[in-house]
Amino acid sequence: MEAAMDLMRRISPKESETALSALLSLLPHHSADLLSQVDLPLQQVCMDQQLMKEFILCEYNRDADSYRSPWSNKYFPPLEDGPLPSPQLRKLEIEANEVFTVYRDQYYEGGVSSVYIWEDHNESFIACFLIKKDGSRTGHGRRGYLQEGSWDAVHVIEVGPEEEGTAHYRLTSTVMLSLTTEDKSSGTFNLSGSIRRQMSHDLSVAEGHLCNMGKMIEEMEGKLRNSLDQVYFGKTREMVCTLRPPPDGIQLRLPEN
Amino acid sequence: MADGGDEPDEAEELGGRQKAEIAKWFLANAPAGEIQYVAKDMRSILGDDAIYEMAAAEAYPVYNKAHLIALQMPDRSGDVLITAYGELDKNNYFDPRTAQVATVDHVKQVCTNVRPASDEELPSPYIEEFRSTLADELSKYVGETYPKGTCAVYCISGKDAEGPGADFEFVIVISATKYSPQNFCNGRWQSTWNVDFKDDLQFVEIKGKILVGSHYFEEGNVHLDAKNEFKDSTIFQSPEDCAASITNIICHHETEFMASLEASYVHLPDTTFKDLRRKLPVTRTLFPWHSTLQFSLTRDITRELEIGQ
Repeated sequence: MEAAMDLMRRISPKESETALSALLSLLPHHSADLLSQVDLPLQQVCMDQQLMKEFILCEYNRDADSYRSPWSNKYFPPLEDGPLPSPQLRKLEIEANEVFTVYRDQYYEGGVSSVYIWEDHNESFIACFLIKKDGSRTGHGRRGYLQEGSWDAVHVIEVGPEEEGTAHYRLTSTVMLSLTTEDKSSGTFNLSGSIRRQMSHDLSVAEGHLCNMGKMIEEMEGKLRNSLDQVYFGKTREMVCTLRPPPDGIQLRLPEN
Repeated sequence: MADGGDEPDEAEELGGRQKAEIAKWFLANAPAGEIQYVAKDMRSILGDDAIYEMAAAEAYPVYNKAHLIALQMPDRSGDVLITAYGELDKNNYFDPRTAQVATVDHVKQVCTNVRPASDEELPSPYIEEFRSTLADELSKYVGETYPKGTCAVYCISGKDAEGPGADFEFVIVISATKYSPQNFCNGRWQSTWNVDFKDDLQFVEIKGKILVGSHYFEEGNVHLDAKNEFKDSTIFQSPEDCAASITNIICHHETEFMASLEASYVHLPDTTFKDLRRKLPVTRTLFPWHSTLQFSLTRDITRELEIGQ
């Protein structure tokens, strides 16, 4: 498994689907581990036929070959006895989806988001916040710079039981992105990456779970975006300047964090 | 599910050939400087040395040629580039600079032997004059520009021409790599230039391709891939004048490529990346999670804004 994970860190994220398929066929007995630990871009978005709103497909809302819409709480294609969250969690899920839609609009100016919440053992629950943005000029790229561009964020928060007014929140966030600019004079420029981080907090539930989870996600996304931009992209740029130093001897340094 | 819906525990055992094909894919797609790590991982995953070795024997030559690997020749006469242009057969590669043929072990990525090239393998003196003058000029350029670069000029057509009146074609290969696995970073630069000497038109047509790749993987996995193609031309003159002119053209385009690459990076934070996700909302404040009333208000405002656009 360690070898498999190392491979996934080396192969370009653009090929991660092919790579994972290949690993699954080589290591069928490790499929559960592979599927849960390997980051894959969010592939599909489906239309909730009842409410005509899109929702993201992933492991967290799947049962057999059907997927549950967070809008109508129904499975598509229809499924008898598909698992549903409890009424209490469903209420939180509804609010989370509505609020997260606005958050997504403000930061992403487009894209699709979905939130899925379900019970865990011991009065805990797990919430999964997903965002899928197509930033290409044929998609939702407002400024039209990108020939191809995608950002997929998966935030999974485990929320522990409330004790004395506080709860424990553990967030695992994965961002996968790819951006390509292409034009006749400068050719093709593509950056693609995947990064996963964790963050845990004990927070007062006075303002509600959604507020706590939302703030953690916002903070995490900001950190990941900055990290990708300054550190990760910066390092690849530094490497190119090492291969062929700019003629005037300007040394590129990473901005001090 | 990405792999077509098969339940994992019903998947059939793959045949040896299929496993080898998968291993080959991983090896051939290893980033610059990382094939040995990928190889180690594959060996462990396959758990079958015979299959691994079969895959490696087929994948390494492909990788080595695609990455324009430079191998040190045992007689200390420098490096030989492993390229399709210099390939005499699958283990023997011609080095034009030292007029030698190097035998290599692809999987170990070492040069095991060198021998002088035979007369049939070498270009005619007329061609060699153009080739070596160009190669010398180019070496100067590469030496000054790339801290760890290697170059070679191959004659791929018309090598036996005795004198003026014949067309001939060279391929220039420049390869530079930087491996810093301890810093979780590796990169490569490759440029390939086709130089077509057209005698009847007294004209030299130049076509080039540049490819740069870089991989940073400290607690993450980020790849850069940039490439471009170029066309240019110059007049067919003496070997010295051609060498100078061609090298200048190459220098010009490669420098321009670097500049546009740099411009792409400079635009990232505020323009291109913004099309994916903004740093902050238009309001320039963090999202007001605590205010539920604000949500319905914000939603209405957002809807209004959308309708107004």
